[in-house]
Amino acid sequence: MNAKLADKIATTVIYVIAGMVALVLFSMLGFILVQGLPHLSWHFLTSPALSFEAGGGIGIQLFNSFYLLVLAMVISFPIALGAAIYLNEYAKKSVWTNIIRTAIEILSSLPSVVVGLFGFLLFVVQFKFGFSILSGAIALSIFNLPLLTRSIETSLAQIPYLQREAGAALGLSRWETVLHVVLPAAVPSIVTGVVLSAGRVFGEAAALIFTAGQSAPALNFMDWNPFNISSPLSPMRPAETLAVHIWKINSEGIMPDLNLVSAGASAVLIIVVLIFNFSARKLGMKLFKKLTSS
Amino acid sequence: MTNPNIDLKPLSEFIVDEAPERYIYDMNSGKHEVAIATKGLQVRYGDKLALSEGDLSFERYKITSLIGASGSGKSTFLRSLNRMNDDVATVSGKIMYRGLDINSADIDVYEMRRHIGMVFQRPNPFAKSIYDNITFALTQRGRYTKEQLDEIVETSLKQAALWDQVKDELNKSALALSGGQAQRLVIARALALKPDILLLDEPSSALDPISSAQVEDTLLELKKDYTIIIVTHNMQQAARISDYTAFFHMGRAIEYDLTRKIFTRPKVALTNDYISGNFG
Repeated sequence: MNAKLADKIATTVIYVIAGMVALVLFSMLGFILVQGLPHLSWHFLTSPALSFEAGGGIGIQLFNSFYLLVLAMVISFPIALGAAIYLNEYAKKSVWTNIIRTAIEILSSLPSVVVGLFGFLLFVVQFKFGFSILSGAIALSIFNLPLLTRSIETSLAQIPYLQREAGAALGLSRWETVLHVVLPAAVPSIVTGVVLSAGRVFGEAAALIFTAGQSAPALNFMDWNPFNISSPLSPMRPAETLAVHIWKINSEGIMPDLNLVSAGASAVLIIVVLIFNFSARKLGMKLFKKLTSS
Repeated sequence: MTNPNIDLKPLSEFIVDEAPERYIYDMNSGKHEVAIATKGLQVRYGDKLALSEGDLSFERYKITSLIGASGSGKSTFLRSLNRMNDDVATVSGKIMYRGLDINSADIDVYEMRRHIGMVFQRPNPFAKSIYDNITFALTQRGRYTKEQLDEIVETSLKQAALWDQVKDELNKSALALSGGQAQRLVIARALALKPDILLLDEPSSALDPISSAQVEDTLLELKKDYTIIIVTHNMQQAARISDYTAFFHMGRAIEYDLTRKIFTRPKVALTNDYISGNFG
């Protein structure tokens, strides 16, 4: 077989494989959107779920998903940022840093249901946080930390060593260089990583079933005092998220329109995740432009 | 690392005017002022000796070229002068600057590097605007008014012969500059700190000939106010711009003399071989 023919065959095979991946994705997306989109309405997006009758919405679940996402990010981002800066800028190769890296790798390959059960035993039971936003946010943070750390570390590693040398040659300390030279240059790619991980956290169900709980008590959207249990901001209330809701109604839902609710909720979930993914790059580029010129 | 028990004064407070290292004497031309000098400098990477250089003195307000084949230790030597090798190598010996051994542990390295600036082979502007590239290191340590900063930006850019090209777009990202412009911006950035000595590590080897010539002109202009030590692979460049030339080979300075002597009547056969292109 000559080289030209072999090349043609290889190229074709690779195209077919790539096409198959795309086909799987698009058929799934298409299926979910075609099933769910017709059911979407303002009423569906804003009203509370109904357990026994038709016509329930996903308002509270949607709010819970976003609130949990924000809390999980607030907890995990600073830790991940610190860890990534340490690993990429300060750590010398040693047994100690090897242990950290291995720990991060193992943590990132933990099944999320294990993280959820761990969160259940430690936060819900041991620390008596109960099924709550707080327990859920911490579990999500554990789930998110290793991947976010890795992604920020990669962003920092992409900044050329020359930039650090430039800082050092101007008499800047390592910390000043990291803070004012390396981090700003890495912000666009860090933001992209954060938004992408937000998409993953938003769709996470297994880690939340046993931590944030499977019930969505009615919320009083006029009460924004986080210390009141019926306030949307209360961290101690149980909070079923959108992804958990989909899992729940498909396994034990008894409302007559459960197929419609499930399809609609899935479509919303997918759309939000898609928005995260598409906006991640755009946001990164925009920030880069903004940060590099004054 | 600096020793926490020793009070870290800014370098300027250590200046001893008539330190013995301050002058060198030449039989022909008499007394010359020394900007920086090394005594028994040795650099080790792990246990491999990369540089074993006795004593070199660099005259003030002159350009000195360090030439030699790749791996001859010239860059290692240069980077040791403002301790850019601290993280990767063990540097022993003394580096005398204004009567002070700046290779000793109690020196505030960050302050010292503001006196001894460095420009690298590849232009490395920060991902900031042209203006911020120049003012950034200044504003980290001191307070300046907007007028002062504007003036420093203008002066440094003029010194680096870049002002006319960028004066209308100071807020543009420095990453948009061409290679030659970026390198001159980096020089301007170093000059903004008003250093004494400027170390340049092959500053024009990544540039095209025209940009390279512009950088050379800039350096010739700068030597009125700065002591310049430059590592270069380009023999013509060394011959064109430098007053002194040191030839490095296998981690040693083999010959160090006036540039015209090195290039016309080198005393060492090895030097002659190198400059006539027989190796390296």
